[in-house]
Order: sequence, then structure tokens, then C-alpha cells
Amino acid sequence: MVSPVLFWVVAILTVVPALSLLFARKAVHIAMSIVCVMVGLAAAYVGLDAPFLGVVQIVVYTGAVMMLFLFVLMLVGVDQREDTRETIKGQRWIAFFTAGGIAFLLISVLGRVSIAPQAARVGNPEEIALVLFGRYVLVMEVLGALLITAAVGALIMTHTPRLTPRRTQSEVQAARVLAGADPVNKPMPGVFARHNALDVPARDPEGKPIEHSVSRVLEARHQMSDGDEFRTRLENTSNPEDSQLPNGAPSADSDERTPRIGEEDQK
Amino acid sequence: MNPINFVILAAILFSIGSAAVLLRRNAIVAFMGVELMLNAANLALVAFSRIHGQLDGQVMAFFVMVVAAAEVVVGLAIIIALFRARQTISLDEPAELKG
Repeated sequence: MVSPVLFWVVAILTVVPALSLLFARKAVHIAMSIVCVMVGLAAAYVGLDAPFLGVVQIVVYTGAVMMLFLFVLMLVGVDQREDTRETIKGQRWIAFFTAGGIAFLLISVLGRVSIAPQAARVGNPEEIALVLFGRYVLVMEVLGALLITAAVGALIMTHTPRLTPRRTQSEVQAARVLAGADPVNKPMPGVFARHNALDVPARDPEGKPIEHSVSRVLEARHQMSDGDEFRTRLENTSNPEDSQLPNGAPSADSDERTPRIGEEDQK
Repeated sequence: MNPINFVILAAILFSIGSAAVLLRRNAIVAFMGVELMLNAANLALVAFSRIHGQLDGQVMAFFVMVVAAAEVVVGLAIIIALFRARQTISLDEPAELKG
């Protein structure tokens, strides 16, 4: 016999979250509630002597199907507003009435059924496998074909044809040169690196600083250092005015740096 | 407790799922209603399997799960294709085809 406690726990754990299908506004909340329903159903299967199906329910439904739902939800519709105006007049009441009618019909018939339960056969993997690969082996093969067809069908359905020809690497490079952009990568900042010298521009072969090698962010905050100034500071570390210098110059005897221009007024 | 109570629970879940399919406009939410109906049928199958002491009901529920997985894959692919074509997943939008 099935424990009544299990039945009522499962009933509450499934019916209450399932009602969110009708009343919740956000689709993500509904998906998470359905995950809860699936876990409750898995508990019911275990309680009904079908442990194999209970595990499969968790793996297939909460693990795969509902996560696929959430994935697609994030992909297309997580910010889509559901319009609540009715295109068919009275559709809401017709829907409630129809569903209530189905429930009433089914429950009124099922309430009169009296079947004495037989002794349970526990559906553990061995028993299920004996039935599955015995009487139902042909169905099993057909289902394999169905799964492959579904996978190929999903691939075809979500496939988008390429409208423009693929650009090769040399074409990309030619377009870059034509547009007058730098044909190679930007130089890295950080000549005369003494501290984290991302604020010191790199130099070109003539020795002139390449201003755009420093990040735009540092430039906007006025935290760029001048390379020459920095070198002077480095070579002249015995300068007693060292600590008075701006732009984070290091002093001879300590690693602490003075605040940079513009850093003060941000604090 | 008689396992027939689980069949009644399955009937309630089935009606909630059907109401969601009839009521909601969001294609994904309506699709989740279909999933709930399939699961309610599964619960009834497992409960009947328990009542009769046979494993055929559980095997049928297993087959339903496999078919439901295939159905979800194809259905969500259709929803993505619909979204790409119309920028919406509302079920009412394609009705404007009738003019």
C-alpha cells in the first residue's frame, strides 16, 4: 500500500506549483514551478514502486527538458510581455469552464472505480529491461529512429542559410588596410616598467610615444604618464623632491607612490 | 491508501495543464502546459501499473517520456524559428494571417 503521507506531500508539491501555469506572470517563475512539479512526480513514482522511472523522471525532465525550456526562454522570450487582452470574447471563462469540466468528468468516473490492488512488482532496472527488450523490443527500435529524426528535424528547423559569402582572412586584412586602420595589432603599453606601467605609452622606432597604446579608460581619467617624465624620475631617484612629484613617481626608499593627477578628486 | 488516488491527482494535473494550453498566449508557457498533461498521463500509467501489479504501464510511461523528449526538441525548434521570423512568441500573432 502507498503511504498516505507520501500521497498528500506529493499532491501539494505538484498541484500548488502547477497552478502557477495559470496565474504566474513571468515565464521563468512558471518554468521553475514546473521543475518542482517534476520532482514531486518523481517522488510519486518511487512511492508507486517504480524507482527506475523516478530516476529517469529526474534526469530527463528536470535535468534535460526543463533546462532546455529555460535555455530557450532566455534565448527568445524572457523579456516578452504577454498581452492579456482577449482576442476571442470570453476565452478565459471558456477555458476555465472546459478544464473544470474535464476535471469533473474524470474525477466523477474515477471516484466510482474500485479495483483491489494486486501485489506490487517493483520496477527496478532489471525488471524493466526484461520487459523492454522482451515484448517491446520493436517499439524500442522505432523510438531510436524517432529520436534521431527529432534531432535532425531540430537542426533543420533552426538552421539559417548564409546570405553573404564567407569572408576569408586575407579579405578581412585587405579591407582593414583599405580603411586606413593599423594593419597589425596595437602596441602594448609599459615601457620603463617600474610599477604596473599600463599608464606609460609604448614608443615607436623613432622614440616618440604612441599615445593610443594606453587604455582609453586611463586617458579619460587623466591617469596617463609621460614616458620621458617617468624616465627622469627613475634615473634620478635620489631627488629629495621625489615625493612631491605627480603621476605616481616611486621614491628611492619606499614602494609607496604619490597619488596621480585626477586621482585625488575622485576619492 | 489506494493507488487510485494518484490517478485522481493525475486527472487534476491534466486539467490544469489543459487550462494552461487554452488560456496562455506565450508559446513556451502553453508548451509547458502540454508537458504537464503528458506527465499527468505518465502518473496515471504508473499508478495503473501499480494497481495491476504489471510492469507494462511503467514501460509505456518510459516510452511517453522518450516521445515527450523528442517532442520538446522539435517544438522548441519551431518556437525559435517562429521567433526568428516574427520577433514574437505570442500564439495570437500568427492569427493575423487570416486577414
